[in-house]
Amino acid sequence: MTASDWQGLLKGVPSLLGGLGINLQILLGLVTLGFLVGIVIALIQVYGPRPLATLAVGYEWFFRGVPEMVLLLLIYYGLRQFHVPITPFIAAVVALGLRSSAYQSQIFRGAIQAVGSRQMMAALSVGMTRLQAIRHVILPQALRLSIPPWSNEFSSVLKDTTLASAIGVIEVFKRARFIIGRQYGLALPAFMLVALFFLVLTYMGNWILGALERRYRIPGFEAKGTGERF
Amino acid sequence: MALLVVEDLHKRYGKEEVLRGVSFTLERGETKVIIGPSGTGKSTLLRCINRLTEPDRGRIWLNGEEITSRRTNIYKIRAQIGFVFQDFNLFTHLTALDNVRLGLIRVKRMPRREATERAMRELARVGLADKANAYPAQLSGGQQQRVSIARALAMDPKLILFDEPTSALDPELIGEVLQVMIELAEAGMTMLVVTHEMGFARSVADEIIFMEKGVIVEQGPPEVLFTNPKVPRTAEFLRKITEFYGESS
Ligand SMILES: Nc1ncnc2c1ncn2[C@@H]1O[C@H](COP(=O)(O)OP(=O)(O)OP(=O)(O)O)[C@@H](O)[C@H]1O
Ligand SMILES: [Mg+2]
Repeated sequence: MTASDWQGLLKGVPSLLGGLGINLQILLGLVTLGFLVGIVIALIQVYGPRPLATLAVGYEWFFRGVPEMVLLLLIYYGLRQFHVPITPFIAAVVALGLRSSAYQSQIFRGAIQAVGSRQMMAALSVGMTRLQAIRHVILPQALRLSIPPWSNEFSSVLKDTTLASAIGVIEVFKRARFIIGRQYGLALPAFMLVALFFLVLTYMGNWILGALERRYRIPGFEAKGTGERF
Repeated sequence: MALLVVEDLHKRYGKEEVLRGVSFTLERGETKVIIGPSGTGKSTLLRCINRLTEPDRGRIWLNGEEITSRRTNIYKIRAQIGFVFQDFNLFTHLTALDNVRLGLIRVKRMPRREATERAMRELARVGLADKANAYPAQLSGGQQQRVSIARALAMDPKLILFDEPTSALDPELIGEVLQVMIELAEAGMTMLVVTHEMGFARSVADEIIFMEKGVIVEQGPPEVLFTNPKVPRTAEFLRKITEFYGESS
């Protein structure tokens, strides 16, 4: 790399970081949307009446089956076609969020089933309604069980935010390409920098989730004693 | 009218008729023990009584109120009927105290402080006040079952249903749970107990109900059933079960 390459790269860093901020915003939006919709879909699949549960299964099948790039374009251009004034940013959050909700619903469904119907029965037996039982007995346990598989989904959607560039969101990947467009010698270092950003974010995210898991671990289930492993 | 009246209860799962017309009553303060071979419908019967399972036919009254009527608020009824499960079913993410307190706070809408006091009283009653902050996984089976009895007691139930409360326990832990149940019976609690513990049945039960294949074969005071049953099948079953489980308690 020449001295002017280094200079160009250094000058590009603020722009890249700004772009990364957009990725983080998309991430926050899509994870929240995916989480809320995912839980509802999972609850409907496990506890909902038959026709609704079938519908929820269909929902999961659709959003897991369509390639995310296609989904992204479908939602953005599709809604535009019907004159819905949707911004690329919102379209990215919605498309990636709905896709993630399908994956998250699978995580939550598995966790709810792992908690088991006996816990529900015990909750009902003290007079709780189904909703109370879900809120105070089932979900607190299911969400704990969900953290490890959820970390995978988190890492995956974090990287997916770069797909938003395909519908014109000026996020970090797009900005890297702008920089390269101006100064072709920066192709490798710029992408390496972007890769590094995502590695750091993945590490931080998983660290936070790991801490969350330890914080909410139910006493008595961990291996007892010091350094014992089973 | 008796505290609990069960009349002509029927339940089928698919083709299998599990309950085929079960009727009996339970007076206030009475303890009745249900015995019978595996798969006879004992658990199903208990679950029908608080409608964790919906019976197909038949009626049930608690304290004069028809449980099986579509107009009853089943949640209110369930809060008045304690249920003790074979494998405890404590809420695994909650401490013993929170297990006992949850229903008071969420169902009875009791203020937190009052609920805590009440829950601690019930834990003390089953001898586990010092384990209030332990999680289920940190307790022995016998302790877990005693917490689950405290959880039922805290709701001030009119009646407690026990479904084989000692069957999942190691032999040396059975005694502590039976002891709590004996004290409850002495204190005048109304109890319906499915169990194989013949010693308990003999000494505590006011009546024993022998069920087989979804019907009550015979019921009566333990003295009568053990020494002079009307139906030969009752004598045969009692002999087998006493041989198998002993009468240690
Ligand atoms: N939810 C269910 N779905 C289908 N069949 C069931 C269900 N629950 C119970 N059964 C069947 O009903 C019959 C009676 O079961 P139940 O558990 O009431 O018997 P039990 O007398 O409690 O037996 P055990 O002594 O083994 O506990 C069994 O044949 C069982 O397979
Ligand atoms: Mg049973």
